[in-house]
Amino acid sequence: MERTALRGRLTWLEAEVVQLVQETARVKTIVFRVPGWTGHLPGQHVDIRLTAEDGYQAQRSYSIANANNNEHVALTVEAVENGEVSPYLVDELVAGDRIELRGPIGGYFVWEPSLGGPLQLIAGGSGLVPLMAMIRSQMSYASPVRTNLVASARSWEELIYRDELEKLSRERDDFDVVYTLTRSQPHGWNGYGRRIDKDLLAASTFAVEEAPLIFVCGPTGFVETAAAIMLELGHQPGGIKTERFGPSGG
Amino acid sequence: MSLISRGFQRRREVEASPDRVPPGQYVTNDFPVLSAGPTPRISAEEWRFRVTSERGEETTWTWEEFSALPAEAVKVDIHCVTKWSKLDTDWRGVSVDTILKGVGSSAAFATAHSYGGYTTNLPVVDLTGGKAWIAFQYGGQPLAPEHGGPARLLVPHLYFWKSAKWIHRLELRDSDRPGFWESLGYHGYGDPWKEQRYAGD
Ligand SMILES: Cc1cc2nc3c(=O)[nH]c(=O)nc-3n(C[C@H](O)[C@H](O)[C@H](O)COP(=O)(O)OP(=O)(O)OC[C@H]3O[C@@H](n4cnc5c(N)ncnc54)[C@H](O)[C@@H]3O)c2cc1C
Repeated sequence: MERTALRGRLTWLEAEVVQLVQETARVKTIVFRVPGWTGHLPGQHVDIRLTAEDGYQAQRSYSIANANNNEHVALTVEAVENGEVSPYLVDELVAGDRIELRGPIGGYFVWEPSLGGPLQLIAGGSGLVPLMAMIRSQMSYASPVRTNLVASARSWEELIYRDELEKLSRERDDFDVVYTLTRSQPHGWNGYGRRIDKDLLAASTFAVEEAPLIFVCGPTGFVETAAAIMLELGHQPGGIKTERFGPSGG
Repeated sequence: MSLISRGFQRRREVEASPDRVPPGQYVTNDFPVLSAGPTPRISAEEWRFRVTSERGEETTWTWEEFSALPAEAVKVDIHCVTKWSKLDTDWRGVSVDTILKGVGSSAAFATAHSYGGYTTNLPVVDLTGGKAWIAFQYGGQPLAPEHGGPARLLVPHLYFWKSAKWIHRLELRDSDRPGFWESLGYHGYGDPWKEQRYAGD
């Protein structure tokens, strides 16, 4: 097909682990150096491919966590119990190891400067990963758009990127974050402590009149709930972009 | 030659004979949901299904009219580009052959249009000959909105993004035109057995 020829192939590239960051007990950020990487937009993902000695292969998708940065691609992976790929990535990989990946993939769930703002981000669990790439990218621009993040996690300990989020919200008046901790809250916690609902989102997100660009990412149930509430609050369906992670959907 | 991943081993049981699982896919028992935006909710009363021919002629079905068409039970394997496959899924739907019977058309291409604005393109030969359905039941139940209800296209031999949820209109065309994902770097045709995930595969 003609378009096919124009776009060229997404080829498998060799990615070398250059850094590992323990985010929470079961989550690590893995930074790869990928010679031949042509850059990405925040929100895009990669496919990774692992090959066993006997030739068996497994592929999975992971969102890109970092802003576009030369040949560097950072993934933040939660080790899913009994998973085939994620525990390998989190527990086995060490600096110097190489795996295969290809990308960037996905051109809809992305934010670019030309889209403007304000930016309303709503994250459940590791759904924060592609939204963090948006935050990191646009905070580095000369005139970042106002950004509000609602982040839902099971507990403070399980919230990824929390130091970076805390620092950003302290230092920048164009960035706000609202947390809700659904299972346990630290002593003296005065934030939300429940699953997202209409009151919570109405109180914590940009109003309809501000016409925010809305990105929702997380497990299917979370995304269904959040997107439905934003519609109920009066936002336009076309202004709500969603990405659903993982098979935990029905 | 693929790079060997030090220490990586198969951890999933071999759930099915390999001839049912396309390359790069794994078998899941869940039914994951993938959509680019909020789930549209369309009642049976407001639901309409249209076919427009390459000459602009239009045929419309209400839910009642659509429900009166002969439907069939379909048991098929489905394959999502995000890597999961689900085997022996049970659907009930109206064959696209039945839908197109009264429509005079010699168009080679089709674009499926959904409530919510989603589109996907397919060759007409992939929709006819008992290969595609407008499905309205899954697992013996009315199709849930997040899975595309009231009715979705079901084209199981192509990656599942071709099986447009919330289908609203089938546009028959003389020329091919990329749909939503096809314009965003995904493959124009999407044969899972050839692993045609992205443009150029
Ligand atoms: C576009 C896209 C982007 C993604 N981005 C990320 C990301 O940034 N970070 C990340 O950690 N994951 C991400 N995922 C999920 C990832 O692709 C894998 O599904 C996940 O790592 C599990 O793979 P596995 O091989 O370890 O588990 P599998 O061997 O596939 O599954 C093992 C068991 O765990 C369950 N399971 C699988 N995935 C999940 C899950 N996500 N939540 C709960 N239970 C699960 C399965 O049902 C099964 O019972 C993304 C998925 C998609 C489609």
